[in-house]
Amino acid sequence: MSFRGRHTGLALGLLPALAAMAAPLAAQQSVTVFAAASLTEALTAIGRTFEQRYPGVTVKFNFAGSQVLATQMEQGARADVFASADQRWMKYAEDRKLLAAAPVTFARNRLVLVIPRSNPGGIERLQDLARPGLKLVLAGRQVPVGAYSREALTRLSLADGFPRRFDQLVLSNLVSEEENVRAVAAKVQLREADAGIVYQSDVTESVKPQLRIIPIPDPHNPIAEYSIATIAGGNSLGRGFVALVLSAEGQAVLAARGFLPPGTPTP
Amino acid sequence: MTRRSSWLEAGGRIGTLVLAALLGALLALPLAGIVLRVTPSALLQQLAEPTVRQSLWLSLETSLAATVVSLVLGLPMAALLATREFPGKRAVEVLMDLPMVIPPTVAGFALLMAFGRAGLLGKSFSALGITLPFTTAGVVVAQVFMSVPFLVGAARAGFAAVEPRYLDAAATLRAGEVYGFLRVRLPLALPSVIAGIGMCWARALGEFGATITFAGNMAGSTRTVPLDVYLLLQENLDSAATLSLILVVMAAVLLAGMRQAGLGLFAPPRAPRSAQAPAR
Repeated sequence: MSFRGRHTGLALGLLPALAAMAAPLAAQQSVTVFAAASLTEALTAIGRTFEQRYPGVTVKFNFAGSQVLATQMEQGARADVFASADQRWMKYAEDRKLLAAAPVTFARNRLVLVIPRSNPGGIERLQDLARPGLKLVLAGRQVPVGAYSREALTRLSLADGFPRRFDQLVLSNLVSEEENVRAVAAKVQLREADAGIVYQSDVTESVKPQLRIIPIPDPHNPIAEYSIATIAGGNSLGRGFVALVLSAEGQAVLAARGFLPPGTPTP
Repeated sequence: MTRRSSWLEAGGRIGTLVLAALLGALLALPLAGIVLRVTPSALLQQLAEPTVRQSLWLSLETSLAATVVSLVLGLPMAALLATREFPGKRAVEVLMDLPMVIPPTVAGFALLMAFGRAGLLGKSFSALGITLPFTTAGVVVAQVFMSVPFLVGAARAGFAAVEPRYLDAAATLRAGEVYGFLRVRLPLALPSVIAGIGMCWARALGEFGATITFAGNMAGSTRTVPLDVYLLLQENLDSAATLSLILVVMAAVLLAGMRQAGLGLFAPPRAPRSAQAPAR
């Protein structure tokens, strides 16, 4: 047997193995959930409960900015459930006939300003954000939290005690547009940014020691609305997962992590 | 020839062709997908977009700057590795290869840990008024980190391949070591150095992960073409395809040009030329 022949044989032998890896694990039932990055801890916890309730079922998550998830599904990524951090990307999915059922609002979230505990930018109140030379990090405008953040700045520029053009002054301090809310939190946590806008629920126990929160008053706070829906052609277990998220048990998990219930009236 | 070995021969040949065709398709089809998605009019329209031009210019500026920095810092290292034995050389070699294989995101995070505001050198840097995260300089640093190994590797191989007899000849003419390097070794290794420059530039042009992690993503200052493509994938697939096409074409032209000149980094070794001793 020649040296070359042996290697070709080896490569041919590997082919079925590669095919087997590419094929889905048909034997095991799974639910694939595409969810906004801000839902990482809450939905992971709910997923564990779901797995306990349905032995043999695994819940797989894809956490990213809602805009990334919506476009991934549009391009053919397989999902059973989609949880979006705003209505825009849920509607995007709905318009493209990706949903199996009408979306349901299941949680809300307040925006907060976060600064490193050492406060390198010397920020004590929201007005300080307009000071030239600060390093502000926001999510990109396509990202739900990025759109909400800009809306908050626009509302603040109309508020008493804020300079007109406050939003433009603040945005001129913008040094980076991140792809999801967790990337914003990380830049502040690493002390690279002087400030960033994230959701209340993103100030998790693990980052709390390194961050300070400056609240954005409710009238100026565009409360984020999260909605969830099952995906057309998806596993029917997806409906069970949505039901668990909407149940008292699922809602308690969300509340414990800083989310607001869906019924909270917005000002 | 036995029956068994003739089966092996036939199977091996067919298998080789099939697998090679599979690999060709795996690499060519995605590129074809991009090319077919872009119409010439869309290409021209995109090229007229100020934001597209902005990211293209930024990419050109930063990648060329990164290549120059890589050349200045990389050639001495390549020369040392090619000509000297020293304790810890193995470790330095691994260090020089490492950026080629570590995930770019990890590289970006590591750069933050070293040169970020809270990093190892953060205090000294801010005392000197140097800021890298969220700046164009930070993009260049990320690109150098990721692409300099290609230059060091190619240049080193070129330096090491110079036949000692030319250097010996120079030495008998009482040329000093540095003089011999500049007039004998460097000219003879020039094709390898140029190949390294080309690969280094191409890699810098395509840098994404380390850039977005270390330098952030801001139009005009840190949003290079790869970052712009990533962003456009979330809002406008046609624009994303157009910019992708531009990047692919630039890289392909660069590689094809180098190969044409016989300078590919992994080009098969050519028959030894009758190397001319440099004129004195």
